[in-house]
Amino acid sequence: MMALPQFFDLQGYGHLLMEGAAITVGVGIAAMAVSLVLGMLGALARLSERRWLRRTGAVYTTVVRGVPELVLMLIVYYGGTVLLQKLLSLSGGDIRVDIDAFLAGTIVLGFVYGAYATEIFRGAFLAIPQGQIDAGQAYAMSPGQIFFRIKLPQAWRLAIPGLGNLWLTLLKATSITSVIGLTELARQSDLIKSPTHKPFTTFFLASLLYLAMTALSDLLRLRAERWASAGFRRS
Amino acid sequence: MKFVRFLAVVFAVAALAGAAQADKRKLIVATEGAYPPYNFVDADGSLQGFDVDFAKALCEKLNADCDIIKQDWDGMIPGLIAKKYDLIVASMGILPEREEKIDFSIPYYQSPTALVANKSAGITAGADGFVDPESLAGKKVGVQRATAYETFARQKWPKVEVVVYDSSESADLDMTAGRIDARFDDFIVLQNGILKSDSAADYARVGNIWAEKDFGSKGEGIGVRKGEEDLRDAVSKAILDMRADGSYQKIDAKYFDFDIYGE
Amino acid sequence: MWNGIDFELVYTSLPELAGGLVTTIQLTILTILGGIVLALPLGIARTSPLKSVSLPIWAYTYFFRGTPMLIQLFLIYYGLAQFKTLRASFLWPILRDGYWCCLIAFTLNTAAYTIEIIAGAIRNVPHTDIEAARAMGMSAMTTMRRITLPIALRILFPAYTNEVIFVLQSTSLASMVTVLDMTGVARIIIARTFSPYEIFITIAVVYLMLTYATLWLFRRFEFHLYRHLRSHASAVAAVPALR
Repeated sequence: MMALPQFFDLQGYGHLLMEGAAITVGVGIAAMAVSLVLGMLGALARLSERRWLRRTGAVYTTVVRGVPELVLMLIVYYGGTVLLQKLLSLSGGDIRVDIDAFLAGTIVLGFVYGAYATEIFRGAFLAIPQGQIDAGQAYAMSPGQIFFRIKLPQAWRLAIPGLGNLWLTLLKATSITSVIGLTELARQSDLIKSPTHKPFTTFFLASLLYLAMTALSDLLRLRAERWASAGFRRS
Repeated sequence: MKFVRFLAVVFAVAALAGAAQADKRKLIVATEGAYPPYNFVDADGSLQGFDVDFAKALCEKLNADCDIIKQDWDGMIPGLIAKKYDLIVASMGILPEREEKIDFSIPYYQSPTALVANKSAGITAGADGFVDPESLAGKKVGVQRATAYETFARQKWPKVEVVVYDSSESADLDMTAGRIDARFDDFIVLQNGILKSDSAADYARVGNIWAEKDFGSKGEGIGVRKGEEDLRDAVSKAILDMRADGSYQKIDAKYFDFDIYGE
Repeated sequence: MWNGIDFELVYTSLPELAGGLVTTIQLTILTILGGIVLALPLGIARTSPLKSVSLPIWAYTYFFRGTPMLIQLFLIYYGLAQFKTLRASFLWPILRDGYWCCLIAFTLNTAAYTIEIIAGAIRNVPHTDIEAARAMGMSAMTTMRRITLPIALRILFPAYTNEVIFVLQSTSLASMVTVLDMTGVARIIIARTFSPYEIFITIAVVYLMLTYATLWLFRRFEFHLYRHLRSHASAVAAVPALR
């Protein structure tokens, strides 16, 4: 068996893991932003009075859950650029638009987790005590005012636990972008497993990095929950 | 919202970049980065190898400003078609099925192909000097996906279990782990990879080395999109120029002890 | 390419893809079964007041829930092969096979999540029910068997349905370690024919159908679980819990 320091020696390739982790966080944040937007839109669609909106929202959430992220990622990456090029060529002009791996990853992850965020926001909106909305109406608030002053702040508070969970899942799901070549942590570890001749060490250290990110995210989530609950007295 | 804004920025930048076309043309070159010694990534994370040096010299000859990027082998041709880049300099063989989709320059080197097997696997050469297909029956041969080697193995050796990998390096790793009995790839790559590993003594080449024409390949070429004949011809001319003025041979000498250009 | 979607290619690829589909379904079912076998005892043990019992289990679930499945798969497939002693041992015939590595990795992963789901559900069984059972003289084992677990089963069902769907999707990762599941076959066909769109969309549709079929199956079972509360069945449709 190898001596411990020898076991952990990644022969100079180790820093690539840290760079990969940085990209993991980067694409995670970008995708989270997209999924928050899509989630809010989706929840509003599913709760809307218009049936076609409700239907679209429902289709969105079910379709997205039905296809593996890996496959979605490959479709968007290989097919998406061609589609975009065709669309653009219709307007004339040879604009070269490139969906690089980062963008493809952000789009797919944002799209997929937007569906989960939809469910979280929808549950959050449904959980707001009806009395609050009634009170707002009694004060002759417009629907817009009710939404922005009563519904939205409370929905955020109620959504934070679910969103915190979403972030953790999303962070791990960034590993799928490795199949389209994005040099995040999973990809980097896959790349250096051969030159270092130490695949176990490589993946184990990568695991530790993921665990560190998860643990840190957990801490941040607890703080966010506390912040969002400020002023909320549990009656 | 954010996405639309982002797209708008991308359009703007692309349009501006197109407008600001200087004397030097801008070319993006794709290589795999997992195929040493032709192309690989070193500890700094930068691309190195024969293909990389060759591409840089090629761009000089073309008077072009080049960016060399990394692209997974699977997506190499789709990426070229989708205009993610303009040239493929990644040790890609000029095969008929590839020529249906993209164009190639003249060959820039000839790749020797060989089968390297575990000595204890019982794979032997036949009377003609090449690997005996019968001795391969039921064995596991590791190849990279989307290569001529995968196609050849499936067509010529139907009794073989062809195991496909994303990259040559992954296949080598499994060979040392004992998951496959043989590797079928470019011989120089195999010499650099599996035959340089700690357990290299367990492996040996079986049978003769194949030349590109045995595969129906004209050699390794530079990939160019269809419809860009002038770029393709410029590249072919540049290759010949590099042969004439010795710059090719200089790069060759850095990596190999023989002239891989062939012919 | 836009002028015609290559339906003929899809048609000729179907037999190959069907082979991959069989592997996908096999992997999914075996993983689910393995996960249940592993998670049921460990899930119960996870609720133990003894730290020496619940802590190691927690450590295991924490590792497998805190790291991506792909890394776990690579760790087992490529990582374990690093150790010469393992390669020489009796375990090697299992570990050298990509299919088995996938089964092991997927099972360990789903078991980790299932353990937490089961433990969470057990903790949420109304304490009054357990007290009533003990008051009637039931032993701890009997209480667990006849009261706690059945109630917990109903509580965890929506979350577990999600988990099953997730296992189905994650089998596509098997293609990363030479296993020819549906995604693996698709990638080979695409590499050969340069037509990513047609093939990927085909398998996307198949995965969708599989997901719907599974959901339908589980919804029916859930309906069955609540047969004693039929009039309250509408309360079952909870917000899907996330992994």
